[in-house]
Amino acid sequence: MLSLLRSMWMVLLHTFRRPVTIQYPEQKPYIAPRWRGRIILSRDPDGEERCVACYLCAAACPVDCIALQATQTEGGRRYPQFFRINFSRCIFCGLCEEACPTYAIQLTRDFEMSEYNRQNMVYEKEHLLISGTGKYPDYSFWRVSGVAIENKDKGEGIEDRPPVNPRTLMP
Amino acid sequence: MIREIIFPLLNVFGVLFVVLSVAAGLIWLERRLLAVWQDRYGPNRVGPFGLLQVVADSVKMFMKEDWLPPFADRLVFTIAPSIVMITALLSFAIIPITPYIGVLDLNIGLLYFLAMSSLSVYSLMLGGWASNNKYALLGGLRASAQMISYEVFMGLSLMGVVMISQSFSLRRIVEAQAGLWFCIPQFFGMIPFMIAGFAAAHRLPFDLPEAESELIAGFHSEYSGMKFGMFFVGEYIDVALISALTVTLFFGGWLGPILPAIVWFGLKTFVLICFFILMRATLPRPRFDQLIAYGWKVLLPLTLVNLLVTGAILLAKAS
Repeated sequence: MLSLLRSMWMVLLHTFRRPVTIQYPEQKPYIAPRWRGRIILSRDPDGEERCVACYLCAAACPVDCIALQATQTEGGRRYPQFFRINFSRCIFCGLCEEACPTYAIQLTRDFEMSEYNRQNMVYEKEHLLISGTGKYPDYSFWRVSGVAIENKDKGEGIEDRPPVNPRTLMP
Repeated sequence: MIREIIFPLLNVFGVLFVVLSVAAGLIWLERRLLAVWQDRYGPNRVGPFGLLQVVADSVKMFMKEDWLPPFADRLVFTIAPSIVMITALLSFAIIPITPYIGVLDLNIGLLYFLAMSSLSVYSLMLGGWASNNKYALLGGLRASAQMISYEVFMGLSLMGVVMISQSFSLRRIVEAQAGLWFCIPQFFGMIPFMIAGFAAAHRLPFDLPEAESELIAGFHSEYSGMKFGMFFVGEYIDVALISALTVTLFFGGWLGPILPAIVWFGLKTFVLICFFILMRATLPRPRFDQLIAYGWKVLLPLTLVNLLVTGAILLAKAS
């Protein structure tokens, strides 16, 4: 009986405590820098798309919410013809970001993506592409890769050495 | 003409209006207070301080489909929710709010209240029975068993008050408390009465008839829309009723210095209602056998002893 009265007193004392509620729309919660939110496609420092349409993100996605189609420029530069993420399926696990070899696909801190129409949850490439570089400002896949594309031949990339003809490489 | 017709009419409709709006306000008050005691805000969006939450809730309640289960006993199923509201509202007729406000001054006021409170259990029992659902039936059974156990000493605990004030009329009882509120000489009558009141109103430590964790929603599992709303509002009217009655019987009703009578009555009732809600915020629900054993083995002997001691003292004083 005494313990009941005591606990009632303890509950009553909570009248003078501050509520822990964060009143969301007016008062924003703290979002961690590594928060996994809305997915974006970033560009390299030259302003070109980073995505090389390798399909690794689509393969890594556990809910199959990423769809894309690879194509090439005339200069041999691969890029996605379309890139579609169905955010009504996405579980924001971040595996696509981990799988991406070119830092193209990245997760951001934005989580306010409610829609009235379910179809609006499907984001096309024009919705996903941002104009900046995202988390890795200096990285450019085509400059460090040894692949030849327009206005860059083999051996012209950063830290690249000119290619060696293996047939001349005799002991 | 004015004294005979307008005054009583004002009294009746005034009390009805106030009671119903207090019951509606209680829904908001309870949610806010529970939130405060759980370090939350509670409903604070609709209107100032969330006061219009009640309006939003009732609009929602009216919009809902008023579903009659095909397997239910239609007539009884429809009547049951209204009984709890009718009996609670009828009980309010005997409460003297101030010397001039109050619907009825029955000379058997207390007996009338006890009769009404035992009638109200029919609502739960019939509702549970007519739903034709095992959980609802279990809830109804629990309600009736609980009511039978607890109304025994609910009546007995008030007999001390009746003995001291020599009357069943609530107005006379309040006037008899002019010297000393009955909460002091009848302390051991007040405690069982309040506990029995909780049980009669099916408030949280004693809400086993609708124990959500075991019985879905107990006796009102099958109810929806405004029929459920009746049960819901009926419960809050009961809370207000038990608080007002405890104030009348043990805390001197409208009596108090300086402030006008109606303010004193309102203030005391408000504090008791908050106490009700605090009980709900704190106490866990007992097991059903604990509940019944507590009633018969602790509270009933307590009231009997209280009755004997009060009687003995009154006799000793008289002789």
